[in-house]
Amino acid sequence: MSWLSEWAAYLPQLMSGLGVSLMIAGISIVAGYPLGLVLSVMVTAKNLAVRTLALAVVEVGRGAPALVILYLFYYGLPKFGIAFESITAACLALTWNSAAYSSEIMRAGLQSVARGQLEASNALGLSWRHTFFRVIMPQGMRSAIPGLMGVAIQMFQGTSLAYAIAVPELMKSAYNIGSQDFNYLQIFTLAGICYAAISMPATWITVYFERRLARQT
Amino acid sequence: MDAFSAVLQGLPMTLMLTASAFAIGIVGAVPLAVGLSSSNIVVRLACRLFVDLVRGVPIIVWLFLLKFGIQIGTFKFDPVSAAIVGLGVVSVAYLAEIYRGGLEAVPRGQGEASGALGLSRGTTFLHVMVPQAFRIVSPSIATYLTGLLKDSSIASTIIVAEMVFQSQSFARQHPTMEGILPYVLVGILYIALSLPVAYLSRSLDARMRKAVYV
Repeated sequence: MSWLSEWAAYLPQLMSGLGVSLMIAGISIVAGYPLGLVLSVMVTAKNLAVRTLALAVVEVGRGAPALVILYLFYYGLPKFGIAFESITAACLALTWNSAAYSSEIMRAGLQSVARGQLEASNALGLSWRHTFFRVIMPQGMRSAIPGLMGVAIQMFQGTSLAYAIAVPELMKSAYNIGSQDFNYLQIFTLAGICYAAISMPATWITVYFERRLARQT
Repeated sequence: MDAFSAVLQGLPMTLMLTASAFAIGIVGAVPLAVGLSSSNIVVRLACRLFVDLVRGVPIIVWLFLLKFGIQIGTFKFDPVSAAIVGLGVVSVAYLAEIYRGGLEAVPRGQGEASGALGLSRGTTFLHVMVPQAFRIVSPSIATYLTGLLKDSSIASTIIVAEMVFQSQSFARQHPTMEGILPYVLVGILYIALSLPVAYLSRSLDARMRKAVYV
């Protein structure tokens, strides 16, 4: 029972860390998904320069480990006089990550919309704005929902990497508590439970949406 | 190119971590995938809980648990074995989920036909279901391998001297502008390393598709 009483003592400190984790995940999702949408459209642009730029942003965001991007922002850029606070660096790096991953999912979603929809909109004389925002996007985004939820879970878990640049998120709080009395097993188990308590139900909800969508189509 | 040679010093370790964890995952995921599609509900739920739990906790937490939390008698994990075991267990869970998806995607009629032909359950599984499932999942396995390559960078947080760790120490020694180089180079190197796997997966996918849908 000593574990439970110790956990109860640790919990308040961990909860403030969890708050920071959720905030970083929230920012990277809220900022990353609209960016991802822009990138997903830019990747299919006719202009070669626009397409190449978007492709490079997406491929680096997906191909380089999140940890490397974090270090690039936090340790790399200051050498050019561009310095961020650790939380800002974490938000920027994870936003890049979430924009890159979400753009691929949205591109697939947008491409899954039948071509006839676009042709019909053109035949009806709708402006490109109407065609995109009222016809293509609502249909394309629906099939992208489970994938985007998956990226959101991945981003929440990815905030744990911000530990490496000393952001006071859940993992860092756990490490600080652990290094006070060396109860690493207890504290990291509790931290793991905190992550799982959010990720696992979120995964189940995602699977539910996936199944529902698969039934409808 | 001092920075590049510094980063390259970590390359063998990165490749070793990735290969070891992948080997553990490829083998260990087999029984788990069978458990995930078992008709016994207790077995199925236990395996499902294990997979979801392992995937629900970030890798860095598993690595810290193994590195700092585990102490049995005088035994403690050294950083490299903690990283291999941690990444290996995570791979087991992810690959089991991929295998299960593949087994489920094999048309039901295949299993039923094997039963009707009087094939044993072992033969049905090994010689009918698995070969077809493998064709379906091989691209996903390749995608997972590239993900694992990137995730091996997390081992640098428990002081394993792989590529990101080497970049870090180079950057620390070079506070000038040169210090940004290793991060850029290591990022490019990860992307370059995953290209052959992606290429292999695409050609494998094309070949397997041809084999399945003739």
